[in-house]
Amino acid sequence: MEQPVLDVRNLVIEYSTSRGVVRAVDGVSFQVPKGAIVGLVGESGCGKTTVARSITGVMHQSARIVQGELAFKGRDLVSAPARHWLDMRWREIAFIPQSAMNSLDPVYRIGAQIEEVVVHRGGQSREAARTRARALFEMVGLNPARLDEYPHQFSGGMRQRVAIALALALNPSLIIADEPVTALDVIVQRQILDVLRELQRRLSLSMILVTHDISVVAYLCDRMVVMYAGRVVETGPTVEVLERPRHPYTMGLTNAFPDLDAAAHELVPIEGSPPDLAAPPPGCRFQPRCPFALARCAIEDPPIETAGPASAACHRLAEADELRRKAGEGATWLPA
Amino acid sequence: MAAGLETRPLVEAQGLSKRFAPPARLSDVFRGKRPETFAVNRVDLAVLPGESIGLLGESGCGKTTTGRLLLKLIEPSEGDILFDGASVAALSGAALLAFRRRAQLVFQNPFDALNPRFTIERALAEPLVNTGVEAATHRDRVEKALAQVRLPPLARFEGLYPHQLSGGQLQRIVLARALVLEPEFIVADEPVSMLDVSVRAGVLNVMREVRASLGLAALYISHDLALVRYVCSRTLVMYLGRIVEEGPTAELLKAPQHPYTRALLAAVPVPRVDQSREALPIIGNVSDARGQPAGCAFRDRCPFAMPRCAQEDPPLRAIAPGRRVACHLS
Repeated sequence: MEQPVLDVRNLVIEYSTSRGVVRAVDGVSFQVPKGAIVGLVGESGCGKTTVARSITGVMHQSARIVQGELAFKGRDLVSAPARHWLDMRWREIAFIPQSAMNSLDPVYRIGAQIEEVVVHRGGQSREAARTRARALFEMVGLNPARLDEYPHQFSGGMRQRVAIALALALNPSLIIADEPVTALDVIVQRQILDVLRELQRRLSLSMILVTHDISVVAYLCDRMVVMYAGRVVETGPTVEVLERPRHPYTMGLTNAFPDLDAAAHELVPIEGSPPDLAAPPPGCRFQPRCPFALARCAIEDPPIETAGPASAACHRLAEADELRRKAGEGATWLPA
Repeated sequence: MAAGLETRPLVEAQGLSKRFAPPARLSDVFRGKRPETFAVNRVDLAVLPGESIGLLGESGCGKTTTGRLLLKLIEPSEGDILFDGASVAALSGAALLAFRRRAQLVFQNPFDALNPRFTIERALAEPLVNTGVEAATHRDRVEKALAQVRLPPLARFEGLYPHQLSGGQLQRIVLARALVLEPEFIVADEPVSMLDVSVRAGVLNVMREVRASLGLAALYISHDLALVRYVCSRTLVMYLGRIVEEGPTAELLKAPQHPYTRALLAAVPVPRVDQSREALPIIGNVSDARGQPAGCAFRDRCPFAMPRCAQEDPPLRAIAPGRRVACHLS
């Protein structure tokens, strides 16, 4: 098998807070194959953004990688000197933020901001940078005639296109996109997703797309990694995970998610809320909310195991088909 | 309104418009110009008692402004609002307070909607204090509202502040706070957009239950078609201040008539891999709401636009009972 662009191995990240140390990411492993878009999915506080940020090497000052490896093209970034990481940033690993407005400087023309990256980070000439900026604008569906405008003259969707152009500026091998369409209206959202899809095809981009929205993953991602309370609970090809979820949390998530095309169905919530990561429960972290929990689940942490094309961390993985059938019945999720 | 309706609407908007004057540019001040923006443009709508209506649209389409107008939180530039048959325009003093008791707002962001220095109990009683409800009844009414949102009893929140509750609980508290006044009409502005999927469904189910058991009329303001489909029997679609389509939600989703509604529907991603990825039937971006020319506001993005669309503004016409569309093609 070809070497993955990124191999995340047993990553552990802690935040030091006033309430003590919070382990936001606890033993996360997954791979990004070359040319694939991997969706990193989960709800608020599950650690998905922390994982994504750690790969870019730009973390909150209270965050620390305690353990694990981030093997980028075979070389570990965690143990590499800071200098190496700095060299990688933007040239090899680029970032698309959620809110493009906050990542663009309001007082500089957009073209100048792209050129700056190409000149200072890419070491190219001014003329080459200008040409590159025009090409990038065309790539993301913007009119190069507007390169000399300011961020406020662009709509939200156009600014998000600029953010994509900026990330692509130096032909990176890996793009990390953190909720790139969350703040956008549905029509604009779809247009941006189409830009990403088209670029991935043309440039065979490798990308990690962080999102809370499984429909965005379904639209765009080849593979998905489902996180819950700092851990990966399920991972596999998108079609496999969405159509045959193996972990009860993924099953619950698909039940709770509205599907416009499906016949009218009841939305079934998952009772309760995710655990406090400052004091996580022993055993499986989903156990307090899981309708299928056994006594064992509250004691023993389930390891992630492979079942067919996908993997999940559940003691009842062998019974996944049966659990999935039960999970489809709303009554299963009613509080006991 | 649609023909054949025998019940009198609880809330009715007639030719409702709201213009905002944007901050003037210096150059405009010198020229004596101050262009106005129509946030809401000649909107007619009616909500029957006990009915749940969805107001669907993208950012900036005027849906939130419409909700605020209906609750008399802001004053219209033109048009009138009838509540239970009487105009709310001139209400003041005790009559306005009475109206406030009957028509309530459910806020979008539960994390911002509650005063962090108020205990949950105080936050829930506040509307009763503000509208002069007899103090002796407060505790009972708060208990009742909490039971309605499935969070009883009040004792469990003894001494708790908003930051000690989860998002899903907070949103139900925000709903309960609107319900303590026993209103007949609520406007819920993006009531679950801040919540995670796994808890969102629970809040939506509570909202549906409450509405059905109390016979509340509700206007849900949302950009989310799936939400509207889940809670609303009838849906209005807004684009740049105008209502462009109206109909029973199921019919509107099955057979959208207005080209904008069609594009909106086509753009919604679904959580399945085998979905359509065809190009959207829409052109470009939302145009500037300022200084809009004559004709249909959607025409510059419409793949079916004809010369007539640039000259004549299509009126919102009934095409079937309960079904209205503002398009020259319908």
